[in-house]
Amino acid sequence: MNVNPTRMELTNLKRKLSTARRGHKLLKDKRDELMRRFMEMVRENKALRKKVEQKIREANAHMALARSVMDDARIEAALMMPMQSAEVEITEKNVMSVMIPVYKTRLNTADGADIYPYGFAFTSSDLDDAVKYLSDILPDLLRLAEVEKSCQLMAAEIEKTRRRVNALEHVMIPQYEETIRYIAMKLEENERGATTRIMKVKDMMLKEAHHYER
Amino acid sequence: MYKLGVMGDRDSIYGFSSVGADIFPVEDPAEGARLLRQIADEYAVLFITEKLAAAMDAELSKYRARTVPAIIPIPGVSGNTGIGMKNVSRSVEQAVGSDILPD
Repeated sequence: MNVNPTRMELTNLKRKLSTARRGHKLLKDKRDELMRRFMEMVRENKALRKKVEQKIREANAHMALARSVMDDARIEAALMMPMQSAEVEITEKNVMSVMIPVYKTRLNTADGADIYPYGFAFTSSDLDDAVKYLSDILPDLLRLAEVEKSCQLMAAEIEKTRRRVNALEHVMIPQYEETIRYIAMKLEENERGATTRIMKVKDMMLKEAHHYER
Repeated sequence: MYKLGVMGDRDSIYGFSSVGADIFPVEDPAEGARLLRQIADEYAVLFITEKLAAAMDAELSKYRARTVPAIIPIPGVSGNTGIGMKNVSRSVEQAVGSDILPD
């Protein structure tokens, strides 16, 4: 760093160094804790995703069966007026300064047991199965969305924090240390220079006053 | 109050209307991107079929850092392409530096 080798600069730098060290320690703790939470969440994410994907596949299979026995227009007509509408309320939870979403769903259903938006007379029972499957996995799907979004947000934050930690550890702190050493040495050197100069002057004065030669 | 949405090819998604989600049948990625920009603020969660998600990857990554909406790939009728899992691995990679979790 390009600084004047003065005592004031030295004091400032020392203060900055101690701040940087403290910041580094804090950020490192933050990173470690975030990482721990992140790992937990990612594990859940993977497990949940596997489960949900499996179930969606099953629901799709039922849907395909339904489509094979009913024509598209009829299926569409059957599903056209849904019995329930989903509304999601988002609250945010603070995890190590990362705001992760928490979803609260409200399903506006007239009757929780009756999720089928159609009469059973003209539809295949496979359609019922497909609808049932989908409505059963809805909570899991939402939990998956919550977890996956949280993972994404946390990953971004971890990356940022890791960069900061590295910058402090490998750039800022060594730089401060080096500059402090430089200033300290420069000051010492000046001091030695001053001492030598005084000795020299003393010799000259002695010589002038007493013709005293050492 | 936010809503639930599902995007993707028609056959894969229209079952979701029965559970209360809004469905958006799109197959063209450019059109999907346009639609996404319009509706992104109203929907808390948008499920999107993996096929469409793969085609709109660049567009979707813009929404990764935002809290709303959460864009979640789900398998469509054409089967599971593994994009969803890859997405999770991508988060791990971003956070850790490499994908350390086996499936």
